[in-house]
Amino acid sequence: MAAQSSAYIAGAYEHPTREAPEKSTMQLHAEVARGALADAGLAKDDVDAYFTAGVPEYESGLSPLIMADYLGLEVSYADTTDYGGSSYISHVGHAVSAIRDGKCDVALITLAGRPRSRGQATGSGARSIRSAQDSFERIYGATNIGMYGMAAKRHMHEHGTTPEQLAEIRVAASHHAQYNEDAMFQEPVTVDDVVESRVVSDPLHLLDCCVISDGGGAVLVVSEDVRSRLERECVEVLGHGEAVGHHRAGRIDLTRTAAEQSGTRAFEEAGVGPEHVDYASVYDSFTITVLEAIEDLGFCEKGEGGTFVENGALKAPNGDLPFNTDGGGLCSNHPANRGGMTKVIEAVRQLRGEANEEVQVDADLALAHGTGGSIGTRHGAATVVLGGEDR
Amino acid sequence: MSWEPRPTPEITPETERYWSAAADGTLLVRECTDCGLVYHYPRALCPDCFSDDVEWKEASGEGTVYSYSATQSMSGWPEEDLPLVLAYVELEEGPRVMTNLECDPEDVEIGTRVTVRFKAVEDADAAVPVFVPRE
Ligand SMILES: [Zn+2]
Repeated sequence: MAAQSSAYIAGAYEHPTREAPEKSTMQLHAEVARGALADAGLAKDDVDAYFTAGVPEYESGLSPLIMADYLGLEVSYADTTDYGGSSYISHVGHAVSAIRDGKCDVALITLAGRPRSRGQATGSGARSIRSAQDSFERIYGATNIGMYGMAAKRHMHEHGTTPEQLAEIRVAASHHAQYNEDAMFQEPVTVDDVVESRVVSDPLHLLDCCVISDGGGAVLVVSEDVRSRLERECVEVLGHGEAVGHHRAGRIDLTRTAAEQSGTRAFEEAGVGPEHVDYASVYDSFTITVLEAIEDLGFCEKGEGGTFVENGALKAPNGDLPFNTDGGGLCSNHPANRGGMTKVIEAVRQLRGEANEEVQVDADLALAHGTGGSIGTRHGAATVVLGGEDR
Repeated sequence: MSWEPRPTPEITPETERYWSAAADGTLLVRECTDCGLVYHYPRALCPDCFSDDVEWKEASGEGTVYSYSATQSMSGWPEEDLPLVLAYVELEEGPRVMTNLECDPEDVEIGTRVTVRFKAVEDADAAVPVFVPRE
């Protein structure tokens, strides 16, 4: 196979806010776009493609139009793939394809939202019936935490996973968050803190859940041509894969996610395996989301995630698989209830050597993985494998 | 557990028969005549083979708990209906269906045998299937 042209992440920016009552969601999109351009050393007029999953709070189906209008973008390419929180990882892959096809050279991807300012609480019940499936799910009070609770319970039943093992994931994230001055929760916690926090939906406790925060982030994916003109250290997108997991007509398996497929595809494209990964950003809506993903991505065997995370495997800088060194969605930030964007951004920081000093890993190869929607019904899985410049 | 003011199902031409059967105390599943798949939720075309030669099949209403989670707090939900036990029940006919277990969560575990009950929905020819532990 002829070598394909490469594409690079040239700019990455996470909004420092976690609560923005005075700002509009659109304004946050604009602020993160400006931040990513400044990071890359690119100008607004350089952008010729725009990617976003939608604009929560406006519920408009015309997000590329309202956003290009608001941001004042002139684009030759747009994509609004919406897989929930994993969307932004998919967008990176889609941007690479569009760049390889010669459709664009500078792709801007943005995320922003303000669920905290809107007063959303952990375990909120969705009341409206909007899709064919809602009449068979939401009527039963199917919330995200109820569904992930069912997944955790089934995983425990089949594999002997314990609440204490799930808690280790929060413990590692909190260990990292203490060095992130923007993190919502910077205090390190213990396994006891997690399992003694109140049960929201068994077996998941409050500290098994991610934060609810306002904010956003943006990344810029650029062509080889553009990259060669930039001073800024860029990160190569080596592989991308995605997949959709769902009911399979009544045969849902709550212990497995579509990361099995998205991970395999991303690793194949990159020509590497899980054993080569120095750092992993893993979607962490709940602790169980991480546990199932690291099994499905091949970092350990199915069912051995609990044993794997014990004894600090996820802790940077010396664990076997340092993860979410910004504190992740569990402790730092989960803007718009969508964690895919910050997963990409922290992976870029790690590869550039710009993570917080105490958690900086000697990383040449990083992975970012997203699980959007709900593994309790249907979810999008998206994985990218990224390489540092000095690899 | 009363149904209102919880969300109630939206009844469409594709699902009307399922809901009206439930109102009469019968749980229906879909069965594909071409490939034999028994599936849930109801769809006009078989999700395995796209055949539209699919029939309604009366389920026994018996199954086992595949998984469940008792939600202790949930904003926007009637307080008196908490904890809410969300579950997947694997029907004898095969499909895993999302539902509620209408019992104390202490009285069930994964694998518990359960049987269907129907909760009336006001102002509609429909009832909502839920499950309780078998006597
Ligand atoms: Zn069929």
